Amino acid sequence: MSSAPTTPPSVDKVDGFSRKSVRKARQKRSQSSSQFRSQGKPIVLTPLPLLKDVPSSEQPELFLKKLQQCCVIFDFMDTLSDLKMKEYKRSTLNELVDYITISRGCLTEQTYPEVVRMVSCNIFRTLPPSDSNEFDPEEDEPTLEASWPHLQLVYEFFIRFLESQEFQPSIAKKYIDQKFVLQLLELFDSEDPRERDYLKTVLHRIYGKFLGLRAFIRKQINNIFLRFVYETEHFNGVAELLEILGSIINGFALPLKAEHKQFLVKVLIPLHTVRSLSLFHAQLAYCIVQFLEKDPSLTEPVIRGLMKFWPKTCSQKEVMFLGELEEILDVIEPSQFVKIQEPLFKQIAKCVSSPHFQVAERALYYWNNEYIMSLIEENSNVILPIMFSSLYRISKEHWNPAIVALVYNVLKAFMEMNSTMFDELTATYKSDRQREKKKEKEREELWKKLEDLELKRGLRRDGIIPT
Amino acid sequence: MAGASELGTGPGAAGGDGDDSLYPIAVLIDELRNEDVQLRLNSIKKLSTIALALGVERTRSELLPFLTDTIYDEDEVLLALAEQLGNFTGLVGGPDFAHCLLPPLENLATVEETVVRDKAVESLRQISQEHTPVALEAYFVPLVKRLASGDWFTSRTSACGLFSVCYPRASNAVKAEIRQQFRSLCSDDTPMVRRAAASKLGEFAKVLELDSVKSEIVPLFTSLASDEQDSVRLLAVEACVSIAQLLSQDDLETLVMPTLRQAAEDKSWRVRYMVADRFSELQKAMGPKITLNDLIPAFQNLLKDCEAEVRAAAAHKVKELGENLPIEDRETIIMNQILPYIKELVSDTNQHVKSALASVIMGLSTILGKENTIEHLLPLFLAQLKDECPDVRLNIISNLDCVNEVIGIRQLSQSLLPAIVELAEDAKWRVRLAIIEYMPLLAGQLGVEFFDEKLNSLCMAWLVDHVYAIREAATNNLMKLVQKFGTEWAQNTIVPKVLVMANDPNYLHRMTTLFCINALSEACGQEITTKQMLPIVLKMAGDQVANVRFNVAKSLQKIGPILDTNALQGEVKPVLQKLGQDEDMDVKYFAQEAISVLALA
Repeated sequence: MSSAPTTPPSVDKVDGFSRKSVRKARQKRSQSSSQFRSQGKPIVLTPLPLLKDVPSSEQPELFLKKLQQCCVIFDFMDTLSDLKMKEYKRSTLNELVDYITISRGCLTEQTYPEVVRMVSCNIFRTLPPSDSNEFDPEEDEPTLEASWPHLQLVYEFFIRFLESQEFQPSIAKKYIDQKFVLQLLELFDSEDPRERDYLKTVLHRIYGKFLGLRAFIRKQINNIFLRFVYETEHFNGVAELLEILGSIINGFALPLKAEHKQFLVKVLIPLHTVRSLSLFHAQLAYCIVQFLEKDPSLTEPVIRGLMKFWPKTCSQKEVMFLGELEEILDVIEPSQFVKIQEPLFKQIAKCVSSPHFQVAERALYYWNNEYIMSLIEENSNVILPIMFSSLYRISKEHWNPAIVALVYNVLKAFMEMNSTMFDELTATYKSDRQREKKKEKEREELWKKLEDLELKRGLRRDGIIPT
Repeated sequence: MAGASELGTGPGAAGGDGDDSLYPIAVLIDELRNEDVQLRLNSIKKLSTIALALGVERTRSELLPFLTDTIYDEDEVLLALAEQLGNFTGLVGGPDFAHCLLPPLENLATVEETVVRDKAVESLRQISQEHTPVALEAYFVPLVKRLASGDWFTSRTSACGLFSVCYPRASNAVKAEIRQQFRSLCSDDTPMVRRAAASKLGEFAKVLELDSVKSEIVPLFTSLASDEQDSVRLLAVEACVSIAQLLSQDDLETLVMPTLRQAAEDKSWRVRYMVADRFSELQKAMGPKITLNDLIPAFQNLLKDCEAEVRAAAAHKVKELGENLPIEDRETIIMNQILPYIKELVSDTNQHVKSALASVIMGLSTILGKENTIEHLLPLFLAQLKDECPDVRLNIISNLDCVNEVIGIRQLSQSLLPAIVELAEDAKWRVRLAIIEYMPLLAGQLGVEFFDEKLNSLCMAWLVDHVYAIREAATNNLMKLVQKFGTEWAQNTIVPKVLVMANDPNYLHRMTTLFCINALSEACGQEITTKQMLPIVLKMAGDQVANVRFNVAKSLQKIGPILDTNALQGEVKPVLQKLGQDEDMDVKYFAQEAISVLALA
């Protein structure tokens, strides 16, 4: 085979397949905001004395000066420029972090605008375009922020500032306002997970301390999610925002406001439809369960919502849905269970018969859950007829022996639960199938008639058949 | 049954059709409620059939109310429904009753899923045209108002798309209200609505009176263009094109340009990208004077923007920019103000930028003429032909025809050949595929001698590529070459080589012979097919590999129509009959298919 005489060597050495496995070792990519490139001019900062080296009466003013110096931004994509000054800013930031943590009385009223200005100058920037269109957050290394050596310290400083015992929200709210929060939220789209982690803490602190901003923050997160779901399908910080929301939901007062319920039904549930669900599913499921623990009456709309958005082609997502559903069932109240058991088990019956064995397996695992088992047992007269034909068919037809074994166990469990009904269903299985087939045929005939009618009317309109 | 319904046509029938009684609405609605989504979807897609069966009156009184309530369904079903209703006017009794379709569509226009909502809006726009002016004000405008003041953002978003269709036919009082509502949506609380409004701003401007454009649209444009969200600002750039078309030069300068200048330097690269992406439209709308004074300098900045995305978008527009300049100044402007920046881009660090440039740079040669092309552009072409990124080289090669017209391809052939050879052997099969597709073009421009000497062996080598898609493309390529160079050339250079492969030990290569024959027989004509190809095909019927044998059957079916009756009856028929008795199922199947298609049974 290999010695084909007509094969010229030039093409033979080319092989589109063999190289695929040898994926080029990817360099760690890094990027920087789109603002400062090609500025060219060297930056000069006049070194200031250390805070601890001056008398405490001069410290406040020096502190302000240092804050102002730290507003200068360096280009980190150019690794050679301004090395000394970069190092100077880094050590100054370090010093500021220590100072704000240790010193007493350093947060005077004048410092607030300067702190917020310094933080804003450093962290608020236009995020650059994502490096590749096919960026797969699960597979690819994230692009890291080049200016992290400075940025990290700025975030660190800001968090110490917010957490300081001397911190007074009543003064800070003049500077940390809606516009500030909006820009902060936009940064959650950063590709650098380290940055998103800091942002999470920052936003959480702001949410905790600024009561006046809470509703606004929630609303803007709403907007981000809605845009993510319905417009772009791209936003890097969904998991982080959901994590914050998880603890926010935890603190909601009862009875829940209509606004919060709307958030659950109109935002959190549709988030399940997004392609990249796997990246934030754990956090999302946590939020959903939090809601249901707060207010069990929301169970029905939630489960109906999940049914509506049940994945049609993505088995991986189906497994996630099944996992989430189990979490919900773990906390469901029996009175709520009764309300949704029919649509729920129709869906479970479909999953159990999935040709994808992981989906079928995940659904069948429900029968290992004692609480779910007890719910099924209480309602076996409703659930068994729904599940029976699927289970019966799989036990005969499924390609995967492990699934067949699991199904036998489930059938056995049902038989023990409700043997009378089980026998009945077994006996009528065949006639039921025939009835279904007959119904199917009637449908087809109906449609054929309807089409004939349409055809004839078309002909009549064209004057081929006289009316 | 069909006959029976015909007999039923009687005096009591609604709309002149008596068969309605045969189809109780319940049965039909059951279909629309079927538990299986797929079946439900099928039924909705045939909604017009159902409406037809019901007749216009019952469609209005029974079907539409039902549809108005089916809002809680799968989005896919809702999408189909929204689409159907757009063409339903006839089925509810014509334009006089078009307003009956509004309630279900109004509901659909508030759904979350964007595709459903957009489709509902599209259908509403369609139906609005069928309303009389009176009905428009009585039914349609109130609907738009309701949507525009809806609680949830979805209905307000949908409303944005409906203003422009009802405005032109509304009375003056109503017009003022419509403008007012559009204005308030432009400053809506939620960015989603502002985006929707911004994206419809241009369209709305077009139907307004000029005074209102100046006094109302321009301020809206200015405020949207400085929105806090870049996703809103960039949509304002799009609107800029439409608005600019409506205004005089002086007004443009004072009312639009300050905002556009600001957009070209926006801090968000997305907005700058939009300016680059819409540059040609902006250029046309703004006219030559503003282009020269303002847009060209802005374009220079975009060409050296710090984000590659922006540079690439700008690079894409280089050729159109030139074409849209006034003929008398073109050459000077390009030479003095654009070319220096282009030279930089040839060695850009980003391959997308280079490849965007490579896809249009050849087009400049027609604008700049022979001498400039040779002196200034040729070095750039040559540099790009040697670029490390295959896309760049491919883009240059795929646009050779532009240069060919101006300076002739010979100038390039020395550099061209190594580039082609390298691409032909690229490790990525998609790159190989792309270069194959340009072979006929190259062959045409380089001429048969050059081709035989340098490129023929490449074309033959692709026939034995590891990737099927390449082998397939290679066979098609041969066909196109034969069409170009003629049958004599085929007989001398290609056919013998193809036929030799019939004896190759690799069955995939033997099959390639058959595929080539399929592709070439028609172009080569009866004589070559009968004398040279047919014997080989028939011989291969005895191949030990079943795949080869059933491909023989397929080939015979394909070339059969070209052969004469003698060959068909005397040679093809016995072979196919033999294959029809083959032990392999597929061989049998294809042999029998060939026999019946060729009518040899």
